[in-house]
Amino acid sequence: SCCNRFRTESISCGGDEKRVDSRTIYVGHRPCPDTEAFIPSKFCDNRIVSSKYTVWNFLPKNLFEQFRRIANFYFLIIFLVQVIVDTPTSPVTSGLPLFFVITVTAIKQGYEDWLRHKADKEVNKYPVTVLEDGRSVKKESEKIKVGDVVEVVEDETFPCDLILLQSSREDGTCFVTTASLDGESNHKTHYTVPDTEKDLQALTATIECEQPQPDLYKFVGRMHIYKQEQEPAVRSLGPENLLLKGATLKNTKKIYGVAVYTGMETKMALNYQGKSQKRSAVEKSINAFLLVYLCILISKAVVCTTLKYVWQSKEGQDEPWYNQKTQKEKDSNMYLKMFTDFLSFMVLFNFIIPVSMYVTVEMQKFLGSFFITWDKDFFDPEIQEGALVNTSDLNEELGQVEYVFTDKTGTLTQNNMEFIECCIDVHIICMLGFMCHFVCLFISIYQEKEELFLRALCLCHTVQVKEAGSEVLADQVDGIDGLLLQPEEERGFIASSPDEIALVKGAMKYGFTFLGLESKSMKIKNRQNDIEEYKLLHVLNFDPVRRRMSVIVQTTSGETLLFCKGADSSIFPRVRPEEVDRIRMHVERNATEGYRTLCVAYKQLSAEEYAMADTGLREARLALQDREEKLMAMYNQVEMGMSLIGATAVEDRLQEEAAETMEALQGAGMKVWVLTGDKMETAKSTCYACRLFQRGTELLELTVRTLEDERLKSWSTANQDYGFIIDGATLSLVMNPPRDADASQYKSLFLQICQNCTAVLCCRMAPLQKAQIVKMVKNSKGSPITLSIGDGANDVSMILEAHVGIGIKGKEGRQAVRNSDYAVPKLKHLKKLLLAHGHLYYVRIAHLVQYFFYKNLCFILPQFLYQFFCGYSQQPLYDAAYLTMYNICFTSMPILAYSLLEQHTSIEILLDNAALYREIANNAMLRWHPFLYWTVLGIFQGLMFFFGVRFLFSNPALQDNGQVFGNWSYGTIVFTVLVFTVTLKLALDTRHWTWINHFVIWGSLAFYVFFSFFWGGIIWPFLKQQRLYFVFANMLSSVSAWLVIIILILLSLLPEILLVVLRKPRGPHSRQVYFSLPFPLLSLNSSFLPYPSYFLIFSLIYILFCSSFILHHVLTRCDVTQSQPITRYLKLYSYVKQWLVSLLVAGLH
Amino acid sequence: MKNEGEAAKRPDNTAFTQQRLPAWQPILSAGIVIPSFLLIGLAFIGIGIGLFLTSQTIQVWEMDYTGFEKDSPCFRCTILSNQNCTCEVTFSLSTLFSVKSSYFPSDCSPYAYDSEKNPIVPCGAIANSIFNDTFELYQIINGTKKQVPLDGKGISWWTDYNIKYRNPSSVNSSFAKSFDGTVKPINWPKPAYELDLTDPNNNGFLNQDFLVWMRRAALPQFRKLYRRITDGDYAAGLPAGNYSLKVHYNYPVLSFDGRKKVVFSNVSWMGGKNDFLGIAYLVVGSLCVVMSVVMLVVYAKFKFSDDDDDA
Repeated sequence: SCCNRFRTESISCGGDEKRVDSRTIYVGHRPCPDTEAFIPSKFCDNRIVSSKYTVWNFLPKNLFEQFRRIANFYFLIIFLVQVIVDTPTSPVTSGLPLFFVITVTAIKQGYEDWLRHKADKEVNKYPVTVLEDGRSVKKESEKIKVGDVVEVVEDETFPCDLILLQSSREDGTCFVTTASLDGESNHKTHYTVPDTEKDLQALTATIECEQPQPDLYKFVGRMHIYKQEQEPAVRSLGPENLLLKGATLKNTKKIYGVAVYTGMETKMALNYQGKSQKRSAVEKSINAFLLVYLCILISKAVVCTTLKYVWQSKEGQDEPWYNQKTQKEKDSNMYLKMFTDFLSFMVLFNFIIPVSMYVTVEMQKFLGSFFITWDKDFFDPEIQEGALVNTSDLNEELGQVEYVFTDKTGTLTQNNMEFIECCIDVHIICMLGFMCHFVCLFISIYQEKEELFLRALCLCHTVQVKEAGSEVLADQVDGIDGLLLQPEEERGFIASSPDEIALVKGAMKYGFTFLGLESKSMKIKNRQNDIEEYKLLHVLNFDPVRRRMSVIVQTTSGETLLFCKGADSSIFPRVRPEEVDRIRMHVERNATEGYRTLCVAYKQLSAEEYAMADTGLREARLALQDREEKLMAMYNQVEMGMSLIGATAVEDRLQEEAAETMEALQGAGMKVWVLTGDKMETAKSTCYACRLFQRGTELLELTVRTLEDERLKSWSTANQDYGFIIDGATLSLVMNPPRDADASQYKSLFLQICQNCTAVLCCRMAPLQKAQIVKMVKNSKGSPITLSIGDGANDVSMILEAHVGIGIKGKEGRQAVRNSDYAVPKLKHLKKLLLAHGHLYYVRIAHLVQYFFYKNLCFILPQFLYQFFCGYSQQPLYDAAYLTMYNICFTSMPILAYSLLEQHTSIEILLDNAALYREIANNAMLRWHPFLYWTVLGIFQGLMFFFGVRFLFSNPALQDNGQVFGNWSYGTIVFTVLVFTVTLKLALDTRHWTWINHFVIWGSLAFYVFFSFFWGGIIWPFLKQQRLYFVFANMLSSVSAWLVIIILILLSLLPEILLVVLRKPRGPHSRQVYFSLPFPLLSLNSSFLPYPSYFLIFSLIYILFCSSFILHHVLTRCDVTQSQPITRYLKLYSYVKQWLVSLLVAGLH
Repeated sequence: MKNEGEAAKRPDNTAFTQQRLPAWQPILSAGIVIPSFLLIGLAFIGIGIGLFLTSQTIQVWEMDYTGFEKDSPCFRCTILSNQNCTCEVTFSLSTLFSVKSSYFPSDCSPYAYDSEKNPIVPCGAIANSIFNDTFELYQIINGTKKQVPLDGKGISWWTDYNIKYRNPSSVNSSFAKSFDGTVKPINWPKPAYELDLTDPNNNGFLNQDFLVWMRRAALPQFRKLYRRITDGDYAAGLPAGNYSLKVHYNYPVLSFDGRKKVVFSNVSWMGGKNDFLGIAYLVVGSLCVVMSVVMLVVYAKFKFSDDDDDA
């Protein structure tokens, strides 16, 4: 299909010869005179296929995909072994759980796919109007072909990617909103291809454009218009001519466009492909534990097989008279027999690796994520939305975050701009009344310049005037009249960046009002209430690399002016140096106060200059190849030799509770890095305001500025906190060093400094550099868990790169939210998300995993031990029903309830004491120490169960009438002790007993008893042997069995009970305990158990790993030396300085 | 419109969704823990004493008779003396791995068919290897032997005898005919329908000895109930005196290093003699008591320091 073709194309970029860089589209499928042969090329149809399966291939494809998971495949193998090899346990025991898992997953995936099918169908069957031979034909959306001319009316979404040919608006524009694509709800203006004929039927044209690519904001094409007897006219096509599928037409009655990309080749479809799957650290731990258990399993099977043959080699034991071999057994090969024996043992012990764990973990994650979406604390009344969970796989990762990378604008700050002041050359206009003073003083001298400045603010932007109401004023002229009538305060502006609105509004306060843009002319109402008109010639768009934008306008008097506004660093080199110093002081002062500053410059273009610029720009826009580079070069050429008019300062307020949140995160042991594209001074002041930098923090700066300073501060060594500041230029030098420098050394040096600092500020970052930093930290030693939080499109790369990506539902569109794993309305919600939800989920899932391994270890250990008492004959200890039901029914519900509801510490306390978060840092509950603890516990309890009953059965006459118990009674007693012990163990661990916990814990115990009675109370017709017939009831009629069950449960739990008793309860009034992990490792010393030998081993191991834990703790404490960051910093400083200064010198001169 | 959206999007403010379900947080304070440890300890000690004493009152006499030859010194020992108990006679075998998986009753191979392909009934290794030594007990009174009646009724589980196992219905009012076309297990001297010639209700699959044997033992050393002594003069127990045990020795065990024992014992409410339970309860009980005392001391000591800290 087409989408497959596209994939292969994009993969085999270099090698595939057939791949063409551009496609040619015949508008309306009309052949052109120019081309000798009209070959309609094959493009894919307009069908959107987001579904994965069809009815026919669902079963095989889904099964194949499920069995690609290593765990499922393992269980399938075990099942097949059970079917093929004659094993003691029936295939049902492992087949049933596997079938259950596979079916549940298949149903879930099938349902999701059905929903996708439904959505696809809705899109594909949507009626559209297509112009065919001058007639409008209704068609289904999926039937649109590339080259069709499609009609779209207002408020409809575009069915495919279209080149705008004709609009009902007179100025050849149309407005669209891309809310469903990137969430930006502002209206964007798109333009028709200039000079196309009014009669679309007579239009003969071809469009040559690039092959589909996913970037929403990039499009390069060329249109050839053929007119009779004339040279074909060529028009350049850019993103402003392209209407994207998924966007909605607004404010425009109807448009005609020609389809260029259809179906799976539209930019929207390409964007929804493949978001890489993130895996949590817990999953890695599970896999590691799984390997350990696989080793245990294999070694158990090997031990049993070996011992079996050793034992059989003894005289009289290989074939005693009471148990002769069958003919088949005698005939078969010895090694083959050994192998099948090995497989049988594997099957017998395979329950040690729990199938159901995967189901339970998946369910826990899926259901658990609802608590995040349900949390009303995340609900923001302003935007009427709560938290959004895009993936449930990472819940526990929220409790493991070590590094937080945050964007500044819109994340730490509100992105709610307010124009504070501007400085025009030397004098400052303040908003708050000082204005008069200054203006009066300087008015005579500077009035002209001031007006120029305000005009510049009014002209140099891409702001649109919001048209009142949802019912659009159809006629633009009327619209202006209507707007003029409106009170000025209510005037609404729409722009992609809030800075621009703030500036335009600022200019409005000083008497210059921007009235709107209409057919390339901008209207301004000046202080005298006269309307000035400017012809907009060119817009040199803003981009983050240039960090400035310009407009070229023509006044009514015929002057051509270029206005440019941008960051100081990008403006200062392009204006006359003598002007810079005066403004720079103010800019810096404003920046330290935390304002965003922009500089405004202008230049008068002579006619020749303009002509040159005009042709240059047009050529660059038409270029099919390297258009970006050519445009950039042209922009740089035009924006030269300007003169500075002034600078503006815009305040961006901090988010609610930004400082508290940051403080909590730092208190929780997370390192907060601020990655921003903003200026250093602004960012630094924001950091101070957010309390990321404290008064006592020593700042280590590694920026162009400090390197120019030529002197280094001396540091006091007494301080403990370090803050590190680096800027984009320096960073790129560190990350991509010149060839001859020792690259990796300085990169790791940089990393070491950063890791020893409490807060790091990276300013002047390009979006890709943000991701680069995240990646560097992510891949550093110990692979720390990283979290990125941001709100804008420029944060998407770092959100995708980090382990956990959080989007803020801010003002800069929805791209960050769409690409994030979790989205919250405000920054302050991060605190609860990490400290409460993350912490709880981590504890829950860690306990879930450990508990699952533990309960299966003590389930299977008696089975293993039993082999020593049954001649290694693979006789199962438990009945098949128990083997199957143990993980599915008897012990699954309590742990699931626990893993959803447990609050070992209440949410309020978690939020109040951020330091509690440190206790679970570094995957504390899933490291080898706790794993060993749980394993030892499992082994200890398994030994207790088996040998306790073994001693009881030294005389199997357990009933008062002297009747004896057999092997199934033995197994049932062990199993009863087992079920009760593991369930009560969970009950001991539960710190938060809701009625659900009570219900499932006592309920599953009751269910076990009920089931056993039921299972043993009926002669089941489908069973060959009634092994358990009345075994359970008979067991309960024996007092000794009761007594042994009680004492074994108590004895197995005694160490745990002691731990619970000796553990300090963590209430609101209790003090911090030194070791307050969920299991205090030091407090077992006072316990004592009656089985000296087992207990000796148990306590020896216990003491061993307690002491190693203490040792580890002590050692890591000593490791933190305070002087290291400075020495490292000095080393890096000298290196960077050497390179940067030389580069700067080379660049400036 | 807006209100609807708000209602739909605003999360429910219920205790469950906000994770605020009322919950009981167990806090094990010293006031609860120490008394309960003490109580549990005392209760366990009590049970332990009861179990231990009961176990001590159970009298057991056992003799290993594996491989006794006619000229061995103990062949005609006068064995029992000073006994006065209601006895159960059990036999005990060791290192017979009766739970081997190929010892399944279901999978009868290689004991399903004989060489002429006639089905063996009852089939399987377990049935085939049924314990077939028999015992006769005599009291020697003034040199004359008086047979002690051994009661074989009710030695198997009631459900096994009454529900789980069924005999084929008689053909032409002859029970033996219903076994036509089958052969007896190789090691059996008599077919299943002639297991007990004295009692027609104790034949076929519903033979008590057969049922006892078919309930497989858990461990390689095991004992099974053989007979009860409940009848006649001995209903109140075997009086002290001299007894003679006559063993019909059929069951070979030396080939797999097995041993055979005959055990005379009485039973109590807890079953046969087993010191393990009593000792375990005593140890755990006293452990709990000791721990409660230790905890009391610890808490008494630390309570003051806690108070100091708080103040």
